[in-house]
Amino acid sequence: MDPAMSDADRIIAEKTWLVIPLFNEAAVVGDVIRYARETFPHVVCVDDGSTDDSAQAARRAGAHVVHHPINLGQGASLQTGLRYALTDPGAEYFVTFDSDGQHRVEDALDMVRRLATEPLDIVVGSRFLDDRTKPGAIKRLVLKAAVVFQNVTSGVRLTDAHNGLRALSRQAASSIRVTQNRMAHASEIVNEIGRLKLRYAEQPVHIIYTDYSRSKGQSVWNSVNIVSDLIFK
Amino acid sequence: MDANQILIKVVLITVFAVLGLVILLPRRGARGMAIRRLTLLLVMVSAVIAVIFPNLTNAVASVLGVGRGTDLLLYGLIVVFLGFAVTSSAHNRRLDRQITDLARQIALTEAPTAQDGRTPTEDVNPA
Repeated sequence: MDPAMSDADRIIAEKTWLVIPLFNEAAVVGDVIRYARETFPHVVCVDDGSTDDSAQAARRAGAHVVHHPINLGQGASLQTGLRYALTDPGAEYFVTFDSDGQHRVEDALDMVRRLATEPLDIVVGSRFLDDRTKPGAIKRLVLKAAVVFQNVTSGVRLTDAHNGLRALSRQAASSIRVTQNRMAHASEIVNEIGRLKLRYAEQPVHIIYTDYSRSKGQSVWNSVNIVSDLIFK
Repeated sequence: MDANQILIKVVLITVFAVLGLVILLPRRGARGMAIRRLTLLLVMVSAVIAVIFPNLTNAVASVLGVGRGTDLLLYGLIVVFLGFAVTSSAHNRRLDRQITDLARQIALTEAPTAQDGRTPTEDVNPA
């Protein structure tokens, strides 16, 4: 663990599980996990049927690895990871984290700290609360449109509908049901916040758009698939 | 464009509306299965009748305001095909969900337990 951490942070981190969906990220996942584990010792990677060495890399970096026997999608991986982490009775906080290095561990720690000190069930990251993150113009437009759609359909007021960095309390992690296997799970989680009347807050986060993450990232075409998945459940 | 075509339009639009309802309210269980089988039986019987009395399709077509029997058959084929597509995609979504639950259960059963997270496995595959 990072020796520079305060005792309070250390206690919080000890009760936290990082849930990382993993699909063919062997190039980066090892470093991502090693770096994250300097702060958060408990990491579960859900290997979603990777065909490269992702699972071994994750295990070598000290993560627990759960294997989907077949590829099910990121939403399904998140739900599996949460179910796994919930079986640890010492777990109180759950963070959904990306395997490609686009999320910052510092942001995750800030979010868990808020869960520990404020009356909240879930803290959701937002790229748009400050102007550190720089997505391209089209991506920005699509994300904004998604936010409007999301606010209208769920009644939950968020500024960023599809941010993968979230911190959940035990209450939130055990009550939210993710049934959307593919990318629509982000919207589904927001809908669940509204349905379950969870206490939520947003945290400004910085997403690191590297060439690597951009090459693996969602194309804007996916917005069509997401809306269609949400309508034809 | 005579007034008779209103009839076939009403028939087709009604069928499509019913298919729309099937998407929104997928019916499971004994009643749904019985309705599907009765519909299939009905289609088979009409097909046999149409084979025995080919002129009948022409007669029905002109009653409905459609030009020829073959046109009517084409419309019927489109309706049946869309119905099939709708019901089978609903069926596939249900299967997807079941496979997900099954695969997740297998994944969790085969994984080491999370309580061991108190002492994380540092290096399972020493290089």
